[in-house]
Amino acid sequence: MRAATTDIAVGYMAGNRNAAFVAGGTTLVDLLKLNAMTAAALVDINDLPLRRIEEVPGGGLRLGALARNSDVANDPRVKQKYPVLSEALLSGASPQLRNMATVGGNLMQRTRCPYFRDGYSACNKREPGSGCAALGGYTRSHAILGASERCIATFPGDMPVALLALDAVVLTRRADGTERTLPLANFYVSYGEDPAKETVLDHGELITAVELPATRWLRHSAYVKVRDRASFDFALASAAVALEVEDGSIKSARVALGGVATKPWRSTLAEEALTGAAPEERVFAAAAEGALKEARAQKHNGFKIALAQRTLARALGAAASKAA
Amino acid sequence: MNKAVGAAVDRVDGRAKVTGAARFAGDFRQDRMACAVIVPSAVARGEIDAVQTAAARKIPGVLLVLTRENLPALHLKPPGEEHPYTEALTSLIDGKISYAGQAVALVVAETLEQAQEGAAAVHVRYREDTPALQMNEADPQAVFPKESHGEKVQYVRGKMDEALTMPGMIKVDAAYFNPVETHNPMEPAVTLAWWDHDHLNVYDATRWLVGTQATLADVFRVAKENVHVMCPLVGGAFGSKAFRWSHTVLAAAAARMLDRPVRLELTRAQMFTWMGHRPESRQKLTLVAGPDGRLIAMRHDTSSATSPTHPFVAPSGVVSKMLYAAPAAQTTHKILPVNRATPTYMRAPAEAPGMFALECAMDELAEAARLDPLELRLRNHADIDPATGRLWSSKNLKACYEIGAEKFGWKQRPLAPRAMTDHGLLVGWGLATATYPGHRRGCAAAARITANGKARVQSSAHEIGNGALTVLAQAAADAIGWPLERVTFELGDTTFPEGPPAGGSVTTASLCDAIDRAVRAAQTKLMETAATLPGTPFAGAKPEELATAEGKIFRRGHPAQGLSYEEILRGAGMNFVEAEAEVEETDLKTKGFTIQSFGAHFCEVKVDPALAQARVTRFVSALDIGRVMNPKTARSQALGGIVMGLGMALTEETIYDPRTGRPVNDNFSDYKIPVNADLGAIDVHFLDRIDPCINTLGCRGAGELPMTGVTAAVVNALWHATGRRVRDLPVTPDKLI
Repeated sequence: MRAATTDIAVGYMAGNRNAAFVAGGTTLVDLLKLNAMTAAALVDINDLPLRRIEEVPGGGLRLGALARNSDVANDPRVKQKYPVLSEALLSGASPQLRNMATVGGNLMQRTRCPYFRDGYSACNKREPGSGCAALGGYTRSHAILGASERCIATFPGDMPVALLALDAVVLTRRADGTERTLPLANFYVSYGEDPAKETVLDHGELITAVELPATRWLRHSAYVKVRDRASFDFALASAAVALEVEDGSIKSARVALGGVATKPWRSTLAEEALTGAAPEERVFAAAAEGALKEARAQKHNGFKIALAQRTLARALGAAASKAA
Repeated sequence: MNKAVGAAVDRVDGRAKVTGAARFAGDFRQDRMACAVIVPSAVARGEIDAVQTAAARKIPGVLLVLTRENLPALHLKPPGEEHPYTEALTSLIDGKISYAGQAVALVVAETLEQAQEGAAAVHVRYREDTPALQMNEADPQAVFPKESHGEKVQYVRGKMDEALTMPGMIKVDAAYFNPVETHNPMEPAVTLAWWDHDHLNVYDATRWLVGTQATLADVFRVAKENVHVMCPLVGGAFGSKAFRWSHTVLAAAAARMLDRPVRLELTRAQMFTWMGHRPESRQKLTLVAGPDGRLIAMRHDTSSATSPTHPFVAPSGVVSKMLYAAPAAQTTHKILPVNRATPTYMRAPAEAPGMFALECAMDELAEAARLDPLELRLRNHADIDPATGRLWSSKNLKACYEIGAEKFGWKQRPLAPRAMTDHGLLVGWGLATATYPGHRRGCAAAARITANGKARVQSSAHEIGNGALTVLAQAAADAIGWPLERVTFELGDTTFPEGPPAGGSVTTASLCDAIDRAVRAAQTKLMETAATLPGTPFAGAKPEELATAEGKIFRRGHPAQGLSYEEILRGAGMNFVEAEAEVEETDLKTKGFTIQSFGAHFCEVKVDPALAQARVTRFVSALDIGRVMNPKTARSQALGGIVMGLGMALTEETIYDPRTGRPVNDNFSDYKIPVNADLGAIDVHFLDRIDPCINTLGCRGAGELPMTGVTAAVVNALWHATGRRVRDLPVTPDKLI
């Protein structure tokens, strides 16, 4: 069904356990075709007035949930105040996909684990309780952080990694009309009992917008992504960082990693190591080492530990040069 | 008149293709058409124990569930005889599974969606065995094939043992690995089949129409003339889409059982298990050279994987027989079965992997001999074919090296690795030779010249994106003496005279002579007709007193008083004149020579040493394909081959689950074909020199040569940038970090 208002959209979902929202469709339609996801009904939300990118009182920026990735990436305010976000978006997918994909949908992107996507292997994410075929399988793309015996699937996206480093906030609306404000740091859940549960959203809860804080030093931010191909490829490792530098020392730091963990991965260890230190390579390398301290490799992804460290160190260098 | 051959003519089908008007095999429909979906085996080895179809048959719209129980008799040739590729359906006959993805059932329904739902509802029980999923060098089932397409693959010349142990020599010993690659043409394989009594009609995405026709006739025991195969355009093949593939047979079988048209299109995932692939191979190279770098001996040992049912060999070692003037040379080939589908030909099937290993080993020899890699190759240039002692029909490899090196700026290359940087990136330059045989196949064509000033030439050849429709029309236009706009080449239909398969780079090199002969035969008929026309300048002339040029017939010596073909035909009250002709695979001109194409590739890479990111920033190729029929389509062929070689070097690899043998990256997102952003500047230069032996126009095939050696040029450049020899393809960041 095609929802004309937000109330209609969330109302319909309340009565339909097996319905799903569809916006750009770049993840959902793909997965429906592969039988990796099923839905009895789709609620098309593209008519909802959630496409704008607007400044909010106090200087932050609100990204409507239906703002296209390409519109956000090329918005001059985003480019100037939150370069890490623009860089992350432009490093993702292809121009055609970015023209379709939306802010809200991109937050809900599913893993690229081949055993999830094939529609038939054992997968606790697709079919809770069925097991995890990735364990002992081909694991080059899998997580080195946050994995459990139930699931080692990597969160594949770029934009949410940047949003995490920006301390973004997700605004939602539920079927009963209530609205929630969810810091991105609390939006994704760690894989616990049920790897199918990836976010704190309730069934039928609609993302309406993402808000970026007014913090001025977020312009000193950068995104670095390493991949096999120069474009149209998911990260082997990526890093989103922002640095506040004052009088030759780092006053605040935000560090998030992508392509290596079960969710966009905030590293408070690295942030702590950076705070108060000088913005120099030695410090970046040590912080990067700290960020990966708890990493555990599978058979085919051991290289990602060193790669993620170097990617993070590179991103810190890039952010520091913007802060200088 | 301006010649069409050699002109940079736009593709005649270009506009139709970019506007979506072009029709491929999958675009056709028939009334009452049903859709079929394959149920693939989930296990790699074992037997089908039971197939439960009751649930599937109850699904609305499902017309037929084809299993071992109700499969009609198919007259398949036994494995090992002719082409093996019906193995995907032999599991439907004997219940034995030899690889994951093989057919367990076929569901046919009114719509595709109903057939998909039906396929999902089929439940299969297997008696599973442990599959062999890795090549095992000690496998007792190993096969040592004697030959491949008539070429000896276990080969030795000179005093090998003596040369290998000679003291004071430089020796390189290295092993190279290339993984399975899958063709991945944009257009998936598809068949639409329907029967008209005993007459079978098929739209099939195939690059070998008459092969498909012959095998369908065999399998269904009908006369060849009663099998009509059509394929107006092929959306890429690269070696897939030939021979007797199972989906074509299954679609025709289902169509016969249901007495209605059946369409079966492979999914992208099934393209990884039903259409063959380039086999993985391990190649050991031993090169022995004097202190001056001159080769004394070369040994090339290849082990490659095949299926349990058929000993397919990609004879990579053949390049080491002929590329360099080593007095002693040996090649061995061993094939090892794994529980996977049978491999098949993929663009330069022997030469792409073979030249990767040989040309990387030559780079290692250059390093050991402290020689420039180009100088090393010049010192080992083979002036005659060292494998046969024959002369080359036309070899201009030294000119390729010279032109390529000049355009690339090779002279500036420091000998030592890690000697060049650019903004923190390591820069490396590498080169490699390219080579591919100049094949020709027997084939036929028919030419029709009409009174309304149009001509058409036909042959059951294939437009696989190579530009055949354009280039062959150019050849026909020049033969007739008319401008290209008045001449059409038609292909893709078995009712036309027999064309060559689109493989081995033979299409243009073979058909140009058949076209030339057919046109001459039609022109002879025109002259005979002219001689009978009263009231013309040549009434009563003997045919040998007449001549033709530029679309006119005239008395020898009097070209100004000629009559056009149209005037003659109208004068005789004829609508057209038509003739057919054929060429043999070899003739007096080709005998006694080795017909071979050569080229040289020069590559620049830049590597981010910390992030292990390698990018090809510049690529220069100088290629000799004989006469260049059309610089535009030839360049396009070369770009495609080079990009495919870059993919082989840096990103492409089919990965199988280590326990189940299923491909885990069977889609365009995870099987990484290079994208535009991966490509730096690619500069292609053709020598454009006529080969006096291969055919009247002097053109050799352009399809495969450009891909050979590309991978080695990249890998050699990576060594020059980083100082590291990676001998395991593809060179992804995890191997460079």
